[in-house]
Amino acid sequence: MSLLTALLILGGLALVFGGLLGFAAVRFKVQSDPLVEQIDDILPQTQCGQCGYPGCRPYAEAIANGDDINKCPPGGDSTIRKLADLMGVEAKPLNAAQTVAIKRVAYIREDECIGCTKCIQACPVDAIVGASKLMHTVIVDECTGCDLCVEPCPVDCIDMLPVTPTPERWKWDLKAIPITQVE
Amino acid sequence: MPSLFQQIQAGKLWDFHGGVHPPTRKAQTAQKPIGVLPLPDRLYIPLRQHIGVAGHVLVSKGQRVLKGQPLTSADNSMAVPVHAPTSGTVMAIAEHTSAHPSALPEITITLVPDGLDEWRSRYPLNLATSDKLSLLERIQESGIAGMGGAGFPAHLKAGLTQPVDYLIINAVECEPYITADDALIQEGAITIVKGIDILCKLLNPKAVLIGIEDDKPIASAALKAACSQREHYYVRDVPTKYPSGGEKQLIQLLTNKEVPAGRRPIDIGIVMLNVGTAFAVAQAVLDDQPLLSRIVTVTGETLSQPQNVLALIGTPVSDLLTFCGYQQQTAGKVIMGGPMMGFTLPDLTVPIIKTTNCILAPSQYELPQPGNELDCIRCSACADACPASLLPQQLLWYSKAKDPAKLDEYNLFDCIECGACAYVCPSEIPLVQYYRVAKAEIREQQREAVKAEQAKARFEARNARLEREKQQRMARNQQLAQAREQAQKTGSNSNAVADALARIKAKKAEQPAPATNREQVLAEREAKKQQAREYQAAKAAANQQPDSVSETAKQEQAVSSEPTVNESATVEPANAKSAAVAAAIARAKAKKAAQAQAEQQETIVEAEQTKQPEAIEQSSPQAATDPRKAAIAAAIARAKAKKQADSEKS
Amino acid sequence: MSFKIASSPHNRISRSTAEIMLLVVVACIPGIIVQALLFGYGVLIQLVLAISTAWLAEALVMQLRAKPVLPRLKDHSAMLTAVLLAIAIPPYAPWWLIVIGTFFAIVIVKQLYGGLGNNLFNPAMAAYVMLLIAFPLQMTQWLPSVSLQPESLSVLDAVCAVFTQYSCSGFSITQLQSGIDGVSMATPLDTLRTDLAAGLTLTESMQQPVFYGIAGAGWLWVNLAYLAGGLMLVKLRVIGWRIPAAVLGSLFLISLLSWLAAADSNPSPLFQLFSGATMLAAFFIATDPVSASTTNNGRLLYGALIGLMIFIIRKYGGYPDGVAFAILLANMAVPLIDYYTRPRTYGHKAKGAGK
Repeated sequence: MSLLTALLILGGLALVFGGLLGFAAVRFKVQSDPLVEQIDDILPQTQCGQCGYPGCRPYAEAIANGDDINKCPPGGDSTIRKLADLMGVEAKPLNAAQTVAIKRVAYIREDECIGCTKCIQACPVDAIVGASKLMHTVIVDECTGCDLCVEPCPVDCIDMLPVTPTPERWKWDLKAIPITQVE
Repeated sequence: MPSLFQQIQAGKLWDFHGGVHPPTRKAQTAQKPIGVLPLPDRLYIPLRQHIGVAGHVLVSKGQRVLKGQPLTSADNSMAVPVHAPTSGTVMAIAEHTSAHPSALPEITITLVPDGLDEWRSRYPLNLATSDKLSLLERIQESGIAGMGGAGFPAHLKAGLTQPVDYLIINAVECEPYITADDALIQEGAITIVKGIDILCKLLNPKAVLIGIEDDKPIASAALKAACSQREHYYVRDVPTKYPSGGEKQLIQLLTNKEVPAGRRPIDIGIVMLNVGTAFAVAQAVLDDQPLLSRIVTVTGETLSQPQNVLALIGTPVSDLLTFCGYQQQTAGKVIMGGPMMGFTLPDLTVPIIKTTNCILAPSQYELPQPGNELDCIRCSACADACPASLLPQQLLWYSKAKDPAKLDEYNLFDCIECGACAYVCPSEIPLVQYYRVAKAEIREQQREAVKAEQAKARFEARNARLEREKQQRMARNQQLAQAREQAQKTGSNSNAVADALARIKAKKAEQPAPATNREQVLAEREAKKQQAREYQAAKAAANQQPDSVSETAKQEQAVSSEPTVNESATVEPANAKSAAVAAAIARAKAKKAAQAQAEQQETIVEAEQTKQPEAIEQSSPQAATDPRKAAIAAAIARAKAKKQADSEKS
Repeated sequence: MSFKIASSPHNRISRSTAEIMLLVVVACIPGIIVQALLFGYGVLIQLVLAISTAWLAEALVMQLRAKPVLPRLKDHSAMLTAVLLAIAIPPYAPWWLIVIGTFFAIVIVKQLYGGLGNNLFNPAMAAYVMLLIAFPLQMTQWLPSVSLQPESLSVLDAVCAVFTQYSCSGFSITQLQSGIDGVSMATPLDTLRTDLAAGLTLTESMQQPVFYGIAGAGWLWVNLAYLAGGLMLVKLRVIGWRIPAAVLGSLFLISLLSWLAAADSNPSPLFQLFSGATMLAAFFIATDPVSASTTNNGRLLYGALIGLMIFIIRKYGGYPDGVAFAILLANMAVPLIDYYTRPRTYGHKAKGAGK
């Protein structure tokens, strides 16, 4: 008899708590960003394809499916670190095949442009304006520096130039100040 | 319990947390008369000397300008013009080392004074009859930006429309060495008070509080005497402590109020202006004299005559130092600003700008180079010194760890970079430098994040657009195919050719996706490049300039030309042509060699190289020999091209 | 030549870390002198041993870490650790005890945690506790004050005692530890604990010769000397007033309460303040900046916690003096204390009012 009572009590408790947990799971469900969204938010959105995927979101999906986190040169180390945090894996150095460069944006040498629209089609963020047979130009503020417009240009009139530093964006690198020799 | 205003009226002062007492060393310059600098050989006037944007340049190289003539325009509210400090000729508008810690070059107007010091015509305003708008306009046009150091445009502060309880005039000058404001007050207290009158007319405050440190008794007495006729002007001697001249600290000292984080003083009914700004406002309104010069303390142990000098904006630092008897030392440094917040100059051609209050040339013993940075021993002397009640060592820790979230939690952005923490640090850790780097890094990350967000949006918008276009194309193709089928069915005798075409089109419509085969894509691209080259060659020939024929880059273009041009052009000598072809090949090779990564690509390069010469030969029958004739041909071609372009447009 | 580039501020206060450490060592000197006079010269030998071991250990580790050795030795932090440990252990403890202790303090507690500034625990106290647990016998062989010693020991005797555990004339430490009447004498705190545990009342226990004066023979003077040195440090602003005040204040308060409640089983507040290592702890050990709290309110809390712990361990713990344990326990709480006592930043609302 006591065995039965014990079983009943324990079974009842299990049911009650199970029910509570089930209710809590439904009632207090946390709507978290799906993993892909979170990864995509970390990626720099240059859409450059240097990772081997056609854009940042496909790479985010690939990471979510287990690809390496170190294939994004524009993001650099900070992106890798954040991805490592998010994915709970070790941060690795940037994939050797891809090198980090200083931030650059594209410039079109306008007198050489023939207006072929090739670069406009290549630009993943529509940062190049121009029409067929008319000179094109890069909206520098929108350029992500992805390099994708350089290759298609038939006349090689696109340069990737380093962003000129301004006092506002200077990072207090005192060692970089050129020293003037005086007599 | 008396109200806050009653307490202030009664002369009560409050205190702020922390602060330090570095040796003031003001006696070297405080009691001496203001020196007047001889006219320099060159004046370097940076277009932007304030927080905001530069105005547009109004002068051109070689132009003669009069004293007080604006060099840039105040074409938007964040712009403040710069003026010619004396009459002379504009020698250059080019980059010059800026008066900024980074010493990055900025666009600067170089003026060669002619020694005449000839004024433009001046129109002083009558304070009684002028309305607020004209006063504000005058302040902006006179180029007045905060002279305490930050350089915030004065017309924006004076033009605030929110109710103002207290107008605080900052005459504290808490940085060691600096006595520029002290000297200004001693000589121009009356003008300063007139300037305050103007500001009162604009802002209409309940009371004016003038804060001055108690180590300047003469200046304080001068101000009190000048204010004696004004009922609601209160001169307050605050205890000498660094950084009591900081905006937030002075507000706390005088009113016991705190500016909430991320807000501005006006949000608690306070406007603060520097005493030098008030002086400049008076000069601008009453004499129509824009901001052309300022008092600069030139001091330090390497000078034989340290003193305050009245220097024209744009005077190179070297002129000031020479005037004060500078004996250069090995391993010396020259600081613009005070010892606590100033920055070192890499060379002495840097000009005095509107916010420069001090040039400090210390000896090695006076302000030695920092020693080795040791480990933090967590003594928290920095926390005791911090006027913002931050925890500098925690900030240091997280700055080193590059942890923006924690830095935000510990309120890094409330740091005013006064340097008190680094001043007291026994381990000689350059704390402020760490914070500056961390702040710059975080700001950059924020910018990047915003940019990434935009890029993502643009990328998605572009994808949506491409998808839409694809759908439209498919729909159109389908319609065409249907129409054709319809036509067939309606009994027109089956035309084999039309039938075939329709089939092909239908097939194409079925698979509109671009070719997936990489080689195919590359081949197509090559073909298109070829077309483009032909077109470019034609265009280049149209634009051909006789004198640029020799340029390699142009040669390729010169070789080919459209038939219309050919008719009027004679045959180019064979050697020039072959040279051009060779150049073209060389160029193609160079480009491809640089890109060559995959084997695939390389094979294509070879294909292209073999293709290219003939292609060019085909498309370039004959070109000009005679430069004159070529020019004529080019002109005709240009005209034609233009006509064509016009017709295309219309 | 060229102009030097540097970041502001360009002027700095002249007091360096090395100076701070040195000043603390200097402030220990009155206490050390009194200790040497009242409890024998053993402490001086321990000091020499400890300082040389500390320097050697520090140099060794810096060498292993491939960092410059000299600048680190010059900051005097190793010396300070050695001094604090040397004056904390019994003056005639065997030589290897202090060597092991100092080595442990420098290598394990300090350097393995990342070196100066990064150690969670006070090195001297961690080493003391390690020794106390590992070598309880040697760590409790305090001799009674000189006036109660049957034989007076010369410097030479002290050297012999430390290195051989026998004085030159052949007395063993245990013999020396015994009083004139041949009864072995421990420290006043130890004696008191034993007696109270044995059911004696305070008054009965206090009859013994070891309790001569307020806080036991000699101990009062040692504590007064450290108090003087500590006040000097406060005056020179080498240490803040908050931690010592909080330690002494809380110890005083709680022992006062307990004394008022049960005067027969609790020693007086004055006895608590001036016996054992109270003053040394309050002014020299608890104030070690590296392992103490860094916020103003945190320091008060940290000090009060130490005072409370000292009382509790002295009354209920298994060891005669609770200073070392109290400080280590408080060290552990420091990150938490620091986190919850962050000051209100200018322009921000007080915590709790929401961000």
